[in-house]
Amino acid sequence: MLLAVVSVCVLISGAALALGLGRDPRRSSAAGAGGAVLASLIGLIPTVKILLVPAKETLSFPCSLPIGSFTLALDPLAAVFLLPVFVLTAAAAVYGLDYLKPLAGKKPLGLVWAMFNLLSASMVIVLLSADAVPFLIGWEAMAASSFALVVFEHGKPQVRKAGLIYLAAGGFGALFLLFMFALLGASSGSMAFSALTRPAGALASAAFLCAAAGFGLKAGFIPLHIWLPEAHPAAPSHVSAVMSGVMIKMGIYGLLRVLAILGAPLAWWGGLLVGVGAVSSVTGVLFALAQHDLKRLLAWSSIENIGIITMGIGLGVLGQAWHIPSLAALGYGGALLHVVNHAFFKGLLFMSAGSVLHAAGTAELEALGGLLKKMPYTAFFFFFGSAAACALPPLNGFTGEFLIYLGAFKNIGASSPAAFPALLVITSLAATGALAAAAFAKAGGSVFLGEPRANRFEQSHDAGPMMKAAMGALAAGCAVLGLCSPFLLKPLAGAVTPLTAAFPPAEAGASMFYISAGALTLIALLIFAWALRRALSRGLPPVRGVTWDCGYADPAARMQYGASAFTQPLTDFFQPLLHKTRSYPVIAEYFPGTASFSTEARAVFYTHLYSPAGAQLRRLAFRYTWLQHGRLQFYILYIVIALIALLVWKL
Amino acid sequence: MTTPAELIIVAVILLNLSLAATGSLAGCIRLAAAQGVIAALLPLLAGCGVPVGTLAFCGAVILLKGAVFPWLLTRARIKANVRKDAEPVIGYPASIILCLGAFAASSWLGARLPLPETARVAWIVPASLSTIFTGFLLLTTRAKAITQVLGYLVIENGIYIFGLALFVEQPLMVEMAILLDVFVAVFVMGITIFHISREFDHIDTAELSALRDWEPGPDSSGGIRRDEV
Amino acid sequence: MTKPLIQYFLALLLAPLLPGIINRVKAFFGGRRGVPLFQLYFDLYKLARKVPVYSRTTTWLFRFGPVAGLAAMLCALMIVPFGGRPSFLSFEGDLILLVYLLGLARFTTVLAALDTGSGFEGMGASREAQFAVFAEPAFFLALAALARGGGGLSLSGIFSNLTPAAWLTASPILTLVTASLFIVFLAENSRVPVDDPNTHLELTMIHEVMVLDHSGPDLAFIFYGAALKLWTLGALIACVILPRHSGSWLVDSGAFVLAMFALAAAVGVVESVMGRLRLLKVPHLLMTALTFSILALIFQAGR
Repeated sequence: MLLAVVSVCVLISGAALALGLGRDPRRSSAAGAGGAVLASLIGLIPTVKILLVPAKETLSFPCSLPIGSFTLALDPLAAVFLLPVFVLTAAAAVYGLDYLKPLAGKKPLGLVWAMFNLLSASMVIVLLSADAVPFLIGWEAMAASSFALVVFEHGKPQVRKAGLIYLAAGGFGALFLLFMFALLGASSGSMAFSALTRPAGALASAAFLCAAAGFGLKAGFIPLHIWLPEAHPAAPSHVSAVMSGVMIKMGIYGLLRVLAILGAPLAWWGGLLVGVGAVSSVTGVLFALAQHDLKRLLAWSSIENIGIITMGIGLGVLGQAWHIPSLAALGYGGALLHVVNHAFFKGLLFMSAGSVLHAAGTAELEALGGLLKKMPYTAFFFFFGSAAACALPPLNGFTGEFLIYLGAFKNIGASSPAAFPALLVITSLAATGALAAAAFAKAGGSVFLGEPRANRFEQSHDAGPMMKAAMGALAAGCAVLGLCSPFLLKPLAGAVTPLTAAFPPAEAGASMFYISAGALTLIALLIFAWALRRALSRGLPPVRGVTWDCGYADPAARMQYGASAFTQPLTDFFQPLLHKTRSYPVIAEYFPGTASFSTEARAVFYTHLYSPAGAQLRRLAFRYTWLQHGRLQFYILYIVIALIALLVWKL
Repeated sequence: MTTPAELIIVAVILLNLSLAATGSLAGCIRLAAAQGVIAALLPLLAGCGVPVGTLAFCGAVILLKGAVFPWLLTRARIKANVRKDAEPVIGYPASIILCLGAFAASSWLGARLPLPETARVAWIVPASLSTIFTGFLLLTTRAKAITQVLGYLVIENGIYIFGLALFVEQPLMVEMAILLDVFVAVFVMGITIFHISREFDHIDTAELSALRDWEPGPDSSGGIRRDEV
Repeated sequence: MTKPLIQYFLALLLAPLLPGIINRVKAFFGGRRGVPLFQLYFDLYKLARKVPVYSRTTTWLFRFGPVAGLAAMLCALMIVPFGGRPSFLSFEGDLILLVYLLGLARFTTVLAALDTGSGFEGMGASREAQFAVFAEPAFFLALAALARGGGGLSLSGIFSNLTPAAWLTASPILTLVTASLFIVFLAENSRVPVDDPNTHLELTMIHEVMVLDHSGPDLAFIFYGAALKLWTLGALIACVILPRHSGSWLVDSGAFVLAMFALAAAVGVVESVMGRLRLLKVPHLLMTALTFSILALIFQAGR
C-alpha cells in the first residue's frame, strides 16, 4: 500500500522535474519517462501482491479535507485496474521517448511529460481513493491533465474543437458525480466510501442513473461518447494509448464501485446497462468501420470494447438482481478480464498506429499502403493487436468475451428470466466480432499490405528501438494473458468479491482450462502446418512474379481496393445508421477537368442530437443576456443579493 | 407431439415473413391467398369433431380466399397494367426486422392478455397479432394500391385466427361478418383501381398525393454537391 | 481415447471426398460423366509437389494465411462431434471457440488476399468480410436454439441430448434450425446460391477470387482447409438430422459418414437446380437464416 503511494509521489516529482528541466528537452524527457517507469515498477509490486493474495489495505492521512478525509485503500477491484494503469504508463513512457524525439525544440516537451505523469498519478489516486473527496480531486486532475495533452497540437482548429468538447463532457460528467455522491452521502455525515449508503426508494435509482451518466461520459457509452472519437486521435499516440487503454476504464471502475456501494441492484439497471452496452458495441464498431483515419478508427473501436465490458456488467447486475450467482459471476468476471485485455491490445494498437503516423506523417488510410515492407515490426505488432481485438484465439481478447458468452449461454434457457438479455448479448457479441474483423482487416490491409498508394513514403522507416521495445512488451502481455487464462480466475475472484461472492463458478474454471489447451493446440498446429509447408518446399526457392491480376500484366498501386471500397458493401447496408455523406463536383462542361470524390461518416450523434440541443440551449440563454451586461457594480449587487438570500434561507 | 394445428401456425408466421420480404406483386397475391387457405383449415384441426356446418364454412372461406380474391386481384393487376415490383418504401432488412419484432412483441403480449382458457393451440394469439401487424406493414409501406388491398386481406386473416383463439364456440359468426366486409372492400377496390389507372395511367399512391397544390422547389446546380447516399 | 483419434483421422481422410461427391452429383444432373470422385486427392498431391509462385508485392503474411487457415480448421475439427460422440476438445462452451476459430481462418485469408494488392482479391476479401457479419449471428443463434433444448453448452452434449423424440415434439424448431444452419453452411463454404465455385468471372467470385494468387503447397493447404470446413459445418447439420444413437460406435459412425455423404449430395442437388443470387441479395439470404434462428428461439421460448 505504502509503495503505491510512493509511486504516486514518484510520478508527481517526475512531473515537476520534467517541467523544471523544460529548457533541455533531452533531460526533461529522461526525467519524465524515467519517473513514469520507476513509479510503475514500484506500483506494480503492491498491485500484484494484492491480486495474488486478496486483502484490503487502508491508509489514512491525518490531514483533513473539506467535508472529507484523505483516506486511501487498495483492494483487488482497484488492483485489477491498477495493473493496466502501471503497465501502460511504463510502456507508453518508454515509447514516448522515441516518439517525441523529433519534436524536441519545436514543442514544450517538458510540459507534455509533466502532464503525462500527472495523468497517470491522478488515475492512481482515483483508484486508490476510499473517500469521495480525494476521488473527485483525482478525477478532475485526470480530466485537466488529459485535456492539456489532447490540445497538444492546438494549432489545428479541429483539435481545439475536440478539446472544447472534451472539456464540456468532463464538466457535465463531474456534475453528475457530485449529485451522485450527494445522494449517497446524504444519510451519513461522512464521504468515506465505507460510510456511503444506499438511499431509500427511488433515490437509489436516481443515484444509479447519475453514476451511469457521469461515469458513462468518461467511459464513452453511446450516446455519451461524442468527445471520445475527437479527443483520442488528437493526443500524441502514446497518450492516446493510455487514454484509450486505461483512462476511459476509470468510468467502468467508478460504476463498479458505486454498484458495490449501492448493493442489491434492481433488474432494470442491468437491463439498461445491457442495452447501452449492446448499442455501444455494435454502433461503435460500425462507425469504426466507416472511418478512414487510423487513430479515429481505433478510438471508435474503444467505444465498441467499452460496450462489451458494459454488457458484461449488465449481465452481472441482472444476475445479482435475479439471484443467479453464476450469471453475476461470469458477467462481472468477463467484464473485468476484458478491461485488462483491452488495455493491452488497444495500447499496442495505438502505439503501432503512432509508429505509422511517425514514419509516414499521416494516418489517412486511403493514402497509405504497403508499409509492411518498410516497417515489418510495426506491421507485425499491428496485426497481432488486431487479432487480439477481433477476439481471435489464441490471444487475450478472446478470454474475456468467452466468459461473457458463457454467462449468456448458460441463461438462454426458457426457465431463466435473463433469456432475452442473454440472447441480445450473444447476438451483439457475434455481430461485433465479425464487424471488428472487417474493420481491422480494412485498417491493417490498407496501411500495411499491397503497394504504397503514394510514393512519398519512400523515406518511411520502422519504429525506433524504444518504440519497438514498448510494443513488444505489450504484445507479449497479450499472448501471456491469452494463454494463462485459467490462472487469472483466482485474482478475478478477489476483485468481484465486493459485487458477488460466487466467482469463479466451477465450470468456468474447467472451460478456461480447455480454452488454454485449445490455444496451445492451435499454436502447435500452426507450427506443424508451417513445418509441413517448409518440408513441402524442399528448400527450392519460390518463383517471383507480378500479382496475377486476371491477365492484366501491369497492375498499378492505385488499382488496389481502397479502404472505403473494402467496407462499402457494409457501410451502405448500415447507411440509415451511419449517415455517410459523399461529395463530388457536379459535371457542368463537356470535358470536365479534375474530379474528386469523398465519403465521410459524420458524427451523427453530434449533428443530429447535441448540435440541435445546443442551439436550443443557446437560444434560451440569449433571452437572459440582459442579466449579463458587463457592469461590475451590478455583478457585485447580484452576489450581495445571493448571499443575503442564502442567509435568510438558512435562518 | 407437434400437432398439425401447430404446424399451420408456424406456416402462417413464415408466410407473414415472406409477405413482408417478397418483392413481386404476383408473389404477394399468391402468398396472401396461401395464408388464407391455410388459416381456413385451422377450425377443422383445432376442434375435436368436424360438424358439417364448419366443413361447409371452411370450404366457402377456402374458395373465397384461395380462388376468388386472388383472381380478382390478379385481374385488377393485369388490367391496370401493373407488372412491376411491390415497391416497398422500406427495404427488405427493415421489413424483416419489423416483422420479427412484431412477432416477439406479440408473443410477449399474448402471454399477458387476459384470454379465456380456450386457446388450445400454442402460438395462436401471437400468430394472429403478428399477422395483423404484417397487414398494417403492407398497408403503410407499399406504394401500390393493390398491396393496400392485400394488406386488408392479411389483416382479415389475422382477425380470423384471433377469432378462432377467442371464441371457439362462435367464431364463424364473427368471421362471416368480417369476411363479407372484406369481400365488398376487395370488390370495390378492384373496380376503383381499374378506373384510377385508366384515368391517371398509374396506381402509385405516392403519385396520387401529388394531386394537391404543391410546387417543387428549384433544383440547385453547379458547385460541390453533398448528399447522403 | 483411441476412438476420438480414429474419428479425427477418419474426418481428415474423408473430408476431401465431399467436394468430389458434390461434383459427381452436379455432373449427373448435367448429363456428364464428371471428374473422378477422388479428384481433390489427386489435386492435393499434385499441388503439394509444385514450386509456388509469389508476387513481388506479397510478404510473409501472404504465406502465413493458408498456414493459419489450415491450422484453425484442424483445431476446429477437434471440437465438432462425430456422429454425436465427443471429440478431444469437448467442453462447456466449445461452440464459442469453434465460431472464433472459423473467424481466425477467415481473418487470415482476408489479410492474405489484401496482401497481393490486386483489386479483384480485395473485392473478394470485402465480400467475405461482409457476409460473415450476417452469417456469424445466424450461426450463433442457431446453436443457441439447439443449446436451449438442454444438454449443456458443449456441442457433443447438445447433440447427445437430441433424440428422435425431439423431432416429433419440436419438429418446427428443429426444421428452422436445420434450415438456418444449411444456409450458413452454403454461405461459409462458398456454394451456390451465395457463390459459384465453378464461375470463370473473377468479378463475381467471393472465395475463389481471394486465393487467385496462391499456388503450389499454399493452394493445397487452402483446398484442404476448405474441405475440412465443409466437413466441420456439415457435421453439425448431420448431427441435427441424425439424432438416433444405437449405442454401437461402429453403427453410429457409419450412419454419420453416410449422412455426411448425403449432405454433400444435397449440396450437389441445390447447385444443380438453383442459380446463384445477385451479390446484393446475399445479405438478404443470410438475414433469412438469422430470421429462422430467431424464430426457432422464440418458438422454443413458448414451450
